[in-house]
Amino acid sequence: MNSKSDITSSTVDDLYADAEHWHVNTGGETIHAKRLAGRWRTIKWVAASVWLVYFLGPYVRWDGRQAVLFDIPNRQYHLFGATVLPQDFWMLALLLLFFAIMLAVVTALVGRVWCGFFCFQTVWTDVYTWIEEKLEGTPPQRRKLDQAPLSINKLRIKTVKHLLWILIGFLTGFSFIAWFTDAPALWSDFFSGSANPAAYVTVALFTIGTYVLAGFLREQTCFWLCPYARIQGVMLDKTTIVPTYDAQRGEPRGRVKRGETESSRTLGDCVDCNQCVAVCPTGVDIRHGQQEGCITCALCIDACDQVMDKIGRPRGLIRYASLDELEGLLQKPLLLRPRVWVYSAIMGAALIGILYGLSSLAAIDLKVLHERAPLFVRLSDGSIQNKYTLKILNKMPEELAVRISVTGPDGLTVMGAEEPVLITPGGVTPSVVFVKMPRQSLAAEQMPIMFQVEATRPTGEIVSTTRESVFISPRS
Amino acid sequence: MAEHNPFPGENNTGHIWDDNIRELANPPPRWWMIGFWASILFVVVYSILYPTWPIGQQATPGIMGWTQIQEYERGLAQVAAKRGPFEERIQTMTAQEIIADPGLLQYTLASAKVLFGDYCSACHGSGGQGNPGYPVLADDDWLYGGNLAKITETIVNGRKGAMTAHKDILTDAEIDTLARWVVELNEGGEGSPAGWDLYRAKACNACHGETANGVLAELPGGDIVSVGAANLIDGIWRFEPGGYESAAHTIRYGVNQPGIPETRDAVMPAFGSVARVEDVDVRKLSDQDIKKLAIYVHQLGGGR
Repeated sequence: MNSKSDITSSTVDDLYADAEHWHVNTGGETIHAKRLAGRWRTIKWVAASVWLVYFLGPYVRWDGRQAVLFDIPNRQYHLFGATVLPQDFWMLALLLLFFAIMLAVVTALVGRVWCGFFCFQTVWTDVYTWIEEKLEGTPPQRRKLDQAPLSINKLRIKTVKHLLWILIGFLTGFSFIAWFTDAPALWSDFFSGSANPAAYVTVALFTIGTYVLAGFLREQTCFWLCPYARIQGVMLDKTTIVPTYDAQRGEPRGRVKRGETESSRTLGDCVDCNQCVAVCPTGVDIRHGQQEGCITCALCIDACDQVMDKIGRPRGLIRYASLDELEGLLQKPLLLRPRVWVYSAIMGAALIGILYGLSSLAAIDLKVLHERAPLFVRLSDGSIQNKYTLKILNKMPEELAVRISVTGPDGLTVMGAEEPVLITPGGVTPSVVFVKMPRQSLAAEQMPIMFQVEATRPTGEIVSTTRESVFISPRS
Repeated sequence: MAEHNPFPGENNTGHIWDDNIRELANPPPRWWMIGFWASILFVVVYSILYPTWPIGQQATPGIMGWTQIQEYERGLAQVAAKRGPFEERIQTMTAQEIIADPGLLQYTLASAKVLFGDYCSACHGSGGQGNPGYPVLADDDWLYGGNLAKITETIVNGRKGAMTAHKDILTDAEIDTLARWVVELNEGGEGSPAGWDLYRAKACNACHGETANGVLAELPGGDIVSVGAANLIDGIWRFEPGGYESAAHTIRYGVNQPGIPETRDAVMPAFGSVARVEDVDVRKLSDQDIKKLAIYVHQLGGGR
């Protein structure tokens, strides 16, 4: 009994001892990360510059209109030369599949690249803190300013900073809505107060959202709000390369002793300078290993390499490496890993589907609905009549006069397709067509018949499409 | 719980059990608490603005004066505003004019589909496909005429078919001859001369017409004169399931004959009739609705 309670007691003490080191960042203290120039820092800026497309994209023109325009009121989505209608939105599902799988494959191979280099939360926070650094100075100066009593100077600096942050937030929101309406016209409409109320609400929400998320919540978003941070966490495995501290090389860590030669050194390569923690935008210590707070932005690699250079030790104490590599296990080449193949196959299939969809966007779309009640009608002359509702979608930018024709067994006659149907651009017009088959043509209970619709564009180009349906007659 | 904290310097709440199990202070993040209190504030503000707290059958009204019924009525008004122009045009135009206008026809058919579902489909089927004993409306076989005027007349006044019961007038052999003859005609045959002789001799042609097509006289403009007797020479049976037994039954017991339980029922109510509802005269269907329905039935596939 005695020994048992001893074990229990010491286990509890172990747990509490562990908890001592268990630091949870709940945002009580602002993280002021140090900025260092370096290889990864440069890569980070290059990656972040992808977002310039978001700001500048709406102003690209194509064929006299906005190159990419999501025209929600007219339910038309222009992508350069192509016009996509809601009916083509199965492609969106493939696009989302493509990006979901891409996120998975990239994360599985090289870690949270999205989080560290491309995520808007990371990029916007990066820009916000860059402004903060320009205005308030280095991290120690910023902490000092935060603690300083309110003065004219502090007020001036803080006001400028917050105004700049809000301006960026506003531009973020404005650029967002610019994808949904004609961007140059939006500038005048927006500031003359004649834009859609939804535009003002959206911009306001984006401004506030950007200001709060990038200005204040920052790494808290990655820690506690973002689901992707956690989803991606489970995609990592021992073969994934992520910024890793080489503990075997670094430990036991300790300061460089004055006068000690490299050959007589008893400590590891880590000099415990804490630079890796100082530069981390989420404030984690990479030396504790891969953790959910690490967004794999690789800034600690820059910091450590610079220190190693200074003290004349080889670079790469913190480097992109997999757990397998650190444990000295054999690394499988990329092409021998099944998940690379499976993921690539899914992405390839999605991509082929999208390309097929975009290349086969028809000018008119035809759906033929066979009447179900009744399936057929016996007419007084003994013939059988079927009723069809044709839904013709005009994907062209001009009104089309669509001619309907039906081909099938000999003797069929068509009623209701004498006049061409006028269809507005982007509109669907249902038209009812009756097909009559004389008794002697009724070869089977179900006979295939083909509907064709055809229209001539103002340019003289003839556009057409066909759809097969079925003619149903009673059991004879 | 311990009176004093035996773990000085530890981040605990002072709640200690069994000497060494203690609760550590790990409060939720401040931004989370801000969100928490903001949600509570939201409920308070919401309940001041909108109806929220139940009091018996009622609820606190809220200072915005918003109610569900108002929201519903606003929605109805929006729908009415959208329908208004169409309804006005339907009112001023004839059925023929409406059919000639594709846009208006489309509206009329969509609107009448609902009326048809409410008032007609119980007997005639959701697509006019008919039911045993109830005529198919999607074909071109019309007992009383299939042009717009006749269809309108049928809807307004209703119809009641009549055929004498011949069980006491004809012998079984005669009924057998006629029933066989009707089946022959139905299958596209010529019909036996004996059948034709009997048909005329027993004055069946007085209602079913000289050629047994149910038409007494053809008028210019495609109009017909009929008493609603069935067309015997097309392939369509008025009463299901059709065939010899069914035809013999109709001949024997007639249609709508009082005092004969086996007689066929063939009654359509008058939808233009007036009923008193709470001391107000109300027509079952308005002229507008009847006009829409006539067009709908006409367009089902067999209108003339």
